[in-house]
Amino acid sequence: MREELITSGRMNLNIDPVLHIWHWQIPVYLFLGGLAAGLLFFAAYYTIIGKEKKFTTAVKFAPVLAPVAIILGLIALLLDLKHPAYFWQLYTTVHLESPMSWGAWVLMFIMPISMLWVASYFKEIFPKFDINQNIVGKMLKKVIVKNDNKEGANWDWKFEIIRKFEINFIKNRKPVAWVMLILAVILGVYTGILLSAFNARPLWNSSILGPLFLTSGLSTAAATIMWMSDNHEEKRTFSKIDLMLIVIELFLITHLFMGFLAGSEAKVQAAQYFLGGEFTVTFWINVVIIGLIVPAILETLELLKFKLPVMVPAAMILWGGMIFRFIMVEAGQVTRFLY
Amino acid sequence: MRYGMAIDTRKCVGCADCVVACQTENNIPIGYTRDWIAELNEGTYPNLHLEIRSERCNHCENTPCVRTCPTGASHIILGGIVKVTHEECIGCGACIQSCPYDARYMHPDGYVDKCTFCDHRVANGQEPACVSVCPTHCMYFGDLDDPNSEVSKVVAANKIKTLAPEAGTKPQIFYLV
Repeated sequence: MREELITSGRMNLNIDPVLHIWHWQIPVYLFLGGLAAGLLFFAAYYTIIGKEKKFTTAVKFAPVLAPVAIILGLIALLLDLKHPAYFWQLYTTVHLESPMSWGAWVLMFIMPISMLWVASYFKEIFPKFDINQNIVGKMLKKVIVKNDNKEGANWDWKFEIIRKFEINFIKNRKPVAWVMLILAVILGVYTGILLSAFNARPLWNSSILGPLFLTSGLSTAAATIMWMSDNHEEKRTFSKIDLMLIVIELFLITHLFMGFLAGSEAKVQAAQYFLGGEFTVTFWINVVIIGLIVPAILETLELLKFKLPVMVPAAMILWGGMIFRFIMVEAGQVTRFLY
Repeated sequence: MRYGMAIDTRKCVGCADCVVACQTENNIPIGYTRDWIAELNEGTYPNLHLEIRSERCNHCENTPCVRTCPTGASHIILGGIVKVTHEECIGCGACIQSCPYDARYMHPDGYVDKCTFCDHRVANGQEPACVSVCPTHCMYFGDLDDPNSEVSKVVAANKIKTLAPEAGTKPQIFYLV
């Protein structure tokens, strides 16, 4: 028998009896960050290969969700801080050894780029805009003016500097897309690295987590685009992409557990939480079956020309991605070194 | 200079005087603690083994907490003492996640708090509060770089262990076993 007890009654809040310092905010942020990274990745990718005309949802419409997701994610992160008024201290230093530090910097750069990307498509998304009728139009009167001469759109920005900037931005969409592509990959990997940098939590301390979270983020983004698109060919393409990503994800999950089971005792115990322990049912049913296997089957049937509502697999993938992050954050904090 | 501690588990009776001394000296909020007593029971009757340890931040040489801190609030001061600057801490919890010993906690005022080796006392040539009150004199504090210090001699002359050495943190608190 071997039993270790703290006899002086340590009961530090959120540390004892098991560590629980990160609550719902972190998984919500990881989900939204991964989703935004995926959406921006696809928008940038299809712009770079010059197929923005063919994949309009991916390039033009779906990226609208990215800044929204990033902002909601940042609000969640801010709520997680115990001293949110000091958040700006993140930007007083660059600490490359701390994933949270460079993650904060990446967010600082990707957020304005994603917003400008969306704004540069405003004229194409809303070409006809009645400034005098619409309530939104009345509010926007301060920044936009009526301009019927403009080809396509019947409005233009009020200030010359914005007009010039927009023309330049649209001209340079490809180089911007390259920057966005790189930042999106870093953001997607970062959501996993954030966890894997913690050596003290055996479940997180695996280098598979970076690619796994990136793949999962891309998969949720592909599902969102598939759901939003009304173009048959675009739907099919993203079904195929998503199917491929699901296969990669299943492969990475298998490797994650293989790595744990071949590791030290602390890692074997961490894996046991998923292989018979308290997270077994939630993980395998929600993440693997509902989030990966069933949507993969539905998407395969769809590609074989069966008529199925695309929202079913898409919603399942989003659900699986969200639950995956919740379980990883919860379970990781339970695992620890044994001594 | 490298401050460190040696704790004789054969002399420790688990009275928790060190715990109370720390709470009083450092004005720890009610319900929190920077140090604690762990009891390890091993074996089956009649072959039982009991080990009592007074535990706290190990002031590691390889500090995951300082590494993961995004603002630089967690830092190392002279003598290798790991400290947190309260005004720079945003309360993100990264250092708490990175500590294999769960030695840090979130202060109700919104910053991370932990053992400081009573650096305010050490600077004046005194021992940390926990060491100063130990009734069995089972704790030794001093400079590990100085081979003539009491703590160096104790560490050299006894069989020692550190906690979770496999975490690679190189703890500077040594338990005599």
